[in-house]
Formats: sequence, C-alpha cells, structure tokens
Amino acid sequence: MTAETVRLRGRPASPGLAAGPLARIASATAAPRKSGSPQEERAALEGALAAAASELRALADRQADAAADILEFQLALIEDDELRAPAFDAIEQGAPAARAWERALEAQIESYATAEDEYFRARAADLVDLRDRVLRALAGGGPSTSAAPDGAVVVADDLAPSRFLEIDWGRAAGAALASGSAASHVAMLARARGVPMVVGLGDIPAAEGETILLDGERGEIEIAPSARRLAEWRLEAAALAERRAEENRRLAGPALTRSGNRVRALINIQSLADLTPEAAHADGVGLVRTEFLFEAGRPLPDEEAQYSAYRVILDWGGGKPVTIRTLDAGGDKPIPGVTFDGEANPFLGVRGLRLSLRRPELFTTQLRALARAAAHGALKAMLPMVTTPGELNEARALLDAALSELASEKIEARRPPLGIMVEVPAAALTIEAFDADFYSIGSNDLVQYVTACDRGNGALAALADPLNRAVLELIARVAAHGKRTGATVSLCGEMAADPRCVPALLDCGLEELSVAPPALGRLKAAIAAHG
Amino acid sequence: MSVFSEGAEPAIRTQASASVMLRHEAGLHARPAVKLTKLAKKFRSKISIANSPDGPWIDAKSIVKLMATKTPRDALLRFRAEGDDAEAAVQALVALVEQDFPDDG
Repeated sequence: MTAETVRLRGRPASPGLAAGPLARIASATAAPRKSGSPQEERAALEGALAAAASELRALADRQADAAADILEFQLALIEDDELRAPAFDAIEQGAPAARAWERALEAQIESYATAEDEYFRARAADLVDLRDRVLRALAGGGPSTSAAPDGAVVVADDLAPSRFLEIDWGRAAGAALASGSAASHVAMLARARGVPMVVGLGDIPAAEGETILLDGERGEIEIAPSARRLAEWRLEAAALAERRAEENRRLAGPALTRSGNRVRALINIQSLADLTPEAAHADGVGLVRTEFLFEAGRPLPDEEAQYSAYRVILDWGGGKPVTIRTLDAGGDKPIPGVTFDGEANPFLGVRGLRLSLRRPELFTTQLRALARAAAHGALKAMLPMVTTPGELNEARALLDAALSELASEKIEARRPPLGIMVEVPAAALTIEAFDADFYSIGSNDLVQYVTACDRGNGALAALADPLNRAVLELIARVAAHGKRTGATVSLCGEMAADPRCVPALLDCGLEELSVAPPALGRLKAAIAAHG
Repeated sequence: MSVFSEGAEPAIRTQASASVMLRHEAGLHARPAVKLTKLAKKFRSKISIANSPDGPWIDAKSIVKLMATKTPRDALLRFRAEGDDAEAAVQALVALVEQDFPDDG
C-alpha cells in the first residue's frame, strides 16, 4: 500500500524550497480566567497591556528594519488611548477584562479586514497578533516561545508577525499558511529573512510530524511524499540553491554574454513599490505599466498625479532610460468607468491603444503628463496593442496636439520618443510599415495571439509554447527591422524571465530584455550562460 | 514639493496650519503613521490632521485614528495645531512628510 501524495496549491509569498516535518502552530486562545470586580478587571488589563508592551519592546530591540517597524506599529497601537478606552469603558460596564479587550479589538480588525486596499487589509493580522498577545498575558502566560523541531515546516492558519519573529528560523525551514496574503507583514518578513513561504493553501490536512515539501516558487506544498519523490526533491532543491547563488553573483554586474556581448537588462514596473534596491542593478526601465495609477475605487488620476508619478520613476532611474506604456486597460485588466463592459471576447476587444483612441480626453491627459515629465529625463512613451500604422499616426497626432497645447500654455515639455508594442501578429508581420521610434515585443500577448491559446487556461499550457517557431520567426523579423533602421527593439514579457527562452531571444538578435525586478539576476545569469 | 503655509500670525503664535502632499508610495501606512504620531507626541499642542478640506479633523497623536483615515498616496495632508508650540509642531510634521518619513526622523 502506498499512501497518495497530497498536493495543495496556494500562492507564493516568499521564494525558495523547504522540506521537513510539519509543526503546527495554533492561534492563541485565552485560557478561562476567573473574572473579578471592575477594579480587579481594570488592574488585570492594565497589567496585561504593560506586559504585552514590554514583550513587544524587547522583541523590537532585537530586530532591524522591517521587523522593527512592524513591532513599532503594534507598540503604537497598544499605547493608543483610542484603542484602550473602549476596553476600559466595557470593564466599567461589568465586562471581564478578556472580553472587553477582545471586543475593543474586534471593531478595529473588522474595519481593516474589509478595507478595499490590500495593504490595509493585510494590517488586520497585526491587530489579531496584538489582541492575542494581550489575551495570553491576561491568561497568565508569558511569551510563547515556539520550539519548532529542526528543519520543520511551520503550518498555521495565519502567522502573526510577532509570532513569526519568535520562531527560530535558523532551525525551522519554511512556513505554509492556510490563509494569509502575499502583501502581509509576515510575508514581507519571510522574504526579508529568506524563509520560503506559501499562503492561501486552505485547510492543510496533515498531522504533526508528517513530511511536507514546500515550494515557495510555485506556491505549492506536498504532504507525505514518497521516498522517490523526496529524493527527486532534494536534487531540485540543490539545483535551485546553486542557481540562486549564481543569480545573486550576476545581479550587480553588467549583462554580458559569454563572448562578451553587452545586452541591456531592463525591469518592468507595475507600481512604485517595484523600485527596489535590486531593481537599481537594471540598465533602465523597459516597461512601466501605468494601470496602477488607474486603480478601481479611486478617482481617475489627473495630469498632475500622473506627472508626479512619472517624475518619481525618472528621478529614481537617475538618467537611465524609462519606457512608460500608455494605459493598457481592457483584456484581462478592466477599469470600471473606462473599459467597455460586456464584450464577448475582451482579449480581442477594445483594449490598449484601441481604447485610448476612443477616449481622447483621457489619452490626452496622459500624453500631456508624459510630455511634461519627458522634459526631466530619458522618458520614452510606448503604445500598447497597435494593429495598423494608422493607429500609430493617430496617436502621434494627439501627442503633437498635446505638445502645442502645452507650448501655448507656456508649460515646460519635451517630445518623448514614441514607440509601439508588438504583440498583434498583424503588426509583427508588417513591421516595416510602422514608423515608430522604437519597438518592444510584448511576448505574453504575442504568444497568446499567435498560438490562439488563452494564457490563463492551464489545459493549453503545452500548446501555448513561447518557443513555437512561428513566435520566434516574428520576433526575429522585428529584431531585423530594428537593425536595418537603427531603432531599438526590446522584449518585455515572461519569455525574458525564462532561462529556457533567453538563448533563443538572443539568437533572434534582441539586445534589450525586460523582466520583473525579482527576475533580474536570473536574466543576467541566463545571458552570461549564452555564447 | 508643495507646502502652503497659512499660519504666519504675528506675536504669540498659538495656532498654526499647513498642508503638504503625501508622496509615500503606499499612502499613510503603518510605518509613516507610526513616525507621524511619535513626532506629534513630542509637542504639547493639540494637533489635528485631515486629508480633505472639510475634515474630519482627527487627533494626529492617535495611530488608530490616523490609520483609520486610509489616506492614499498623493493626498493633500492638512495639519492644524493649537498651543504654545503650534508653529514648531506644524513645521516639523510638514518636514517629516516632505522628506518622506526618513529613518532618522
């Protein structure tokens, strides 16, 4: 009889692989404590708050950076009368200390948990953490030092940040959480500490001590693997560790092939949070996805808001080129009030430039902001989802109009180079007809349109092969056009972050590749391995 | 950066106000809010903050209230202080936001 391996899929929160015995951490529940008079309850809560605050202070003093910030936040909360007063009021009304504290926190937790912004939503875990720490103190328990066995994979529903910091990660190997979010404080801590973590796994049906394989790259765990699977896994883990070390060695250096050809390694930015220290090792920004400015539930960004966001990225780049893509809404990125609802096939619908040309007032606001920011750095403007040269000409005419408007208003501006994304097969096939200042191949959509495979459909994963000869032929065609005309051709998309694809892209003649910041080391290592 | 000082009354300065654009990438989240309340608590004045001209004006010394405003990036933060160190308080808070909540703040 062989036990079946159970594989659970969650979301990756911190990269890396871990394998070890399961160690479950239950969320704290206060042991019942005999309640007394309001005076006694008041004194008990005061004592518990003081004890919890000094635990937090002691923990904070041992941490640096992000970890200390999180504990400082909890300390500020515990010292705030806004939080304490309702609890003490409830005690005056006769409530036991534990219930009074729990109730006072519940209202706060609820308001965070239902926030629209993921960042604020994730703060609910900090309040739960604080609530439980005070409840433990009330129950008379000291801080819970979790003695996870060596190499354990910690399993919990969610893991409070201060609980995370109490675990000895020199011994424990990784964490698998049933709920949680990749934007939570605890996920940030795990990334900072290099602790592999998967969140959002749902119920984890495994017993204490059972072997868990945790894949923080794919966001999966396997329960009770066979001996053969375990051996295979150890090889994978060793290979990954070796690759990581190589990537880290390459990250800070220039992107050079083995024979010494210089390739420009750029990054894709989808929010200002992507401007990380590792991103600074890029040769520039190959793609700024401006959709982050147009978040649902917030007013559309005006010219000023867009201009200042573009300036932040340019200033961060410190003279390196920054390619900003105009709004690429529609398809899988609907924006309420902007995109068209009810299209039968949004990927083949009014998206990207098609949408911008139908919303000239919205588009002009963005073009004005881009032209103003271009006066302060190496900004390039890029149009998504271009199908015919007529669309490029129409967009250029709107840019011309925006520039003359700005000139007549005596507002400082400069014409940015205007390029197109090549992701529609028709554009790739007729690339000679497009008089653009530069070209950038959007490989995700190009692969999807050339192979006629929805990229979100796992059943078609094998058919949606980016290395399909038809895809590579189109890429080579665009690269050759660039060489003839002197225009730069880059590629942004998952192909550039896939070491299997990078050699083929370089062979196609591309000299600029753009990836998400965490993949920059991987890209440079893949370039270095190529002839 | 945009600072519009509105509180330059002569003689005994018991009231001051000013506004500043919040540039912090994730808005007024935990770390900047902690820094802001810590700094506010260093002053004796009563200090209020609002992210819209009509308020609500909330206590700048309360992390709970400050976080509850869920102030996003690019909001105009308005400070109002009342007390014998009102002017200094408003100036210090504006500088903190302007310098994007530096670590040595």
